[in-house]
Amino acid sequence: MTALDISSATAAQVINALETGAVSSQEVTQAYLDRIESLNPKINAVVTTDHEGALAAAAAADQARAKGAGGPLNGVPLLHKDIFCTAGLKTTCASKMLANFEPPYNATVVQKLNAAGVVTLGKTNMDEFAMGSSNETSYFGPSFNPWDLERVPGGSSGGSAAAVAAGLAPLSTGTDTGGSIRQPASLCGITGFKPTYGRISRFGIIAFASSLDQAGPMTRTVEDAAVMLNAMCGLDTNDSTSADVAVPDFQQALQGDIKGMRIGLPKQYFSDMLNSDVADSIRAALKELEAEGATLVDVDLPHTREGIATYYVIAPAEASANLARYDGVRFGHRCDNPADLMDLYARSRSEGFGSEVQRRILVGTYALSAGFYDAYFKKAQQVRRIISNDFKNAFEHCDVIAGPAAPDVAFPVGAKNDDPIAMYMEDVYTLSVNLAGLPGLSVPAGLISGLPIGLQLIGRPFDEETVLRAGHRLQLRTDHHLKTPQLGADQS
Amino acid sequence: MSVTTEDVAQVALLARLSIPDETMEDVTGRFTRILELVAELQQVDTDGVAPMSNPHDMEQRLRVDAVTEENRREELQRPAPAVEEGYFLVPRVID
Repeated sequence: MTALDISSATAAQVINALETGAVSSQEVTQAYLDRIESLNPKINAVVTTDHEGALAAAAAADQARAKGAGGPLNGVPLLHKDIFCTAGLKTTCASKMLANFEPPYNATVVQKLNAAGVVTLGKTNMDEFAMGSSNETSYFGPSFNPWDLERVPGGSSGGSAAAVAAGLAPLSTGTDTGGSIRQPASLCGITGFKPTYGRISRFGIIAFASSLDQAGPMTRTVEDAAVMLNAMCGLDTNDSTSADVAVPDFQQALQGDIKGMRIGLPKQYFSDMLNSDVADSIRAALKELEAEGATLVDVDLPHTREGIATYYVIAPAEASANLARYDGVRFGHRCDNPADLMDLYARSRSEGFGSEVQRRILVGTYALSAGFYDAYFKKAQQVRRIISNDFKNAFEHCDVIAGPAAPDVAFPVGAKNDDPIAMYMEDVYTLSVNLAGLPGLSVPAGLISGLPIGLQLIGRPFDEETVLRAGHRLQLRTDHHLKTPQLGADQS
Repeated sequence: MSVTTEDVAQVALLARLSIPDETMEDVTGRFTRILELVAELQQVDTDGVAPMSNPHDMEQRLRVDAVTEENRREELQRPAPAVEEGYFLVPRVID
């Protein structure tokens, strides 16, 4: 396509090409579908492609545009993480349990993005039930990092991150329970944003840990993320934890400078656990923000390390309750020839869930069981409050907290499979943000030996605007976010 | 902190999971590793700290107790593995 290089296009560029009439949505959509067909066998980022639905939606978008109608994302192709229910389009959560599940309704996020005019190309690969940090627990096999196909894209929204990095779509959706948007965004060199808990409705998002789960945009630029957020946020009476808080215009929020903004650096985020090259890149990115007028201050998040233990009690406990619904009766996998009801439950679940999911259900059930509840679940909820208070105290001294989004660059496929704890450490900088329910952004901060790393910016509750403005300023000064991997395939 | 294969079998029963004998040792080993990790919680002084179940300490929003959904039984039962005359089928429970 001469008018638009889709291998590197931002949504803003796609919108511009559609508005000027240089291309139609049908042409752009076909080009992305072709690119998925040629590159996905190498990357395995997409698990379901909806050719027919996408081209029909694109035709409708072109018609709307001809009449001067259509939403802000009219005709722009997008991929949904396979955790969002899409009516009539397979939604598997990358599990054998839901391998044939066609939801009877759309998630609120899907419905809202449809109303904004997006063209859904298909669904992306992920860790099974969003439990993982490498996309390796997927029933459909791992997704691979477009920057090095022998490495993981991160997880759990690994397919969504890899797809945007590889130019299979300019936009994707993700969900983040402990870092599942920000860590893969970091490892794939894209922009990923988890808003404040409650900003975006969880209705129709297959539940993992209900007090931590939050959806968000995965894009090339902060600008594109702001456009998506405008479409995705808002009160939804179908989600009783959806926040009744006014939604600002996030695109508008990008305007203006960051002079005088205080950026807090927690010393715990720059400890020995952090790869020193990553630390150097993060410091270089922070220097850019300083040059924009921000000041760097030291802050303290003393329970960063205990955040891991807290998370790995609370998330599995909530998961064990949420995943109790998969009983082989109402939907999902059912074993053959059950002897009795107990056999039906136990065999359907053990056949349907992979090993990491079963491990988390076991840990969660244990933490909630009689005799252990106080020592584990209640204790973790108390430490959760202490961690939340640590952030409140830190925000007395700064407007944004900055650090890495992940301790290192992408690791080789299989490198951390033998040790669940090594995998859990991937999320040391991200999961406290979920425990406290804060907004967190990962923006590209450069390459280390050809592999991307991300700068994480964390904000006060419901202050997405400050975080996004800081990320946008970085992207106005640097070109890290415009770098794309060499995939050696035909550019269509 | 360590758990035995019997402990794991008991938790599996509660969770309605069946763990094959040949993987029991491995599952128990990994389970123990995770419990060792989460044991770090015990080092934190939480005296007088109220548990936090929601990051914003939100109160549950209530809705009016009114019917808002239409009957979509057929559509909602379509993903079910076995239904008959509008009912979900399970193995015989009462002999």
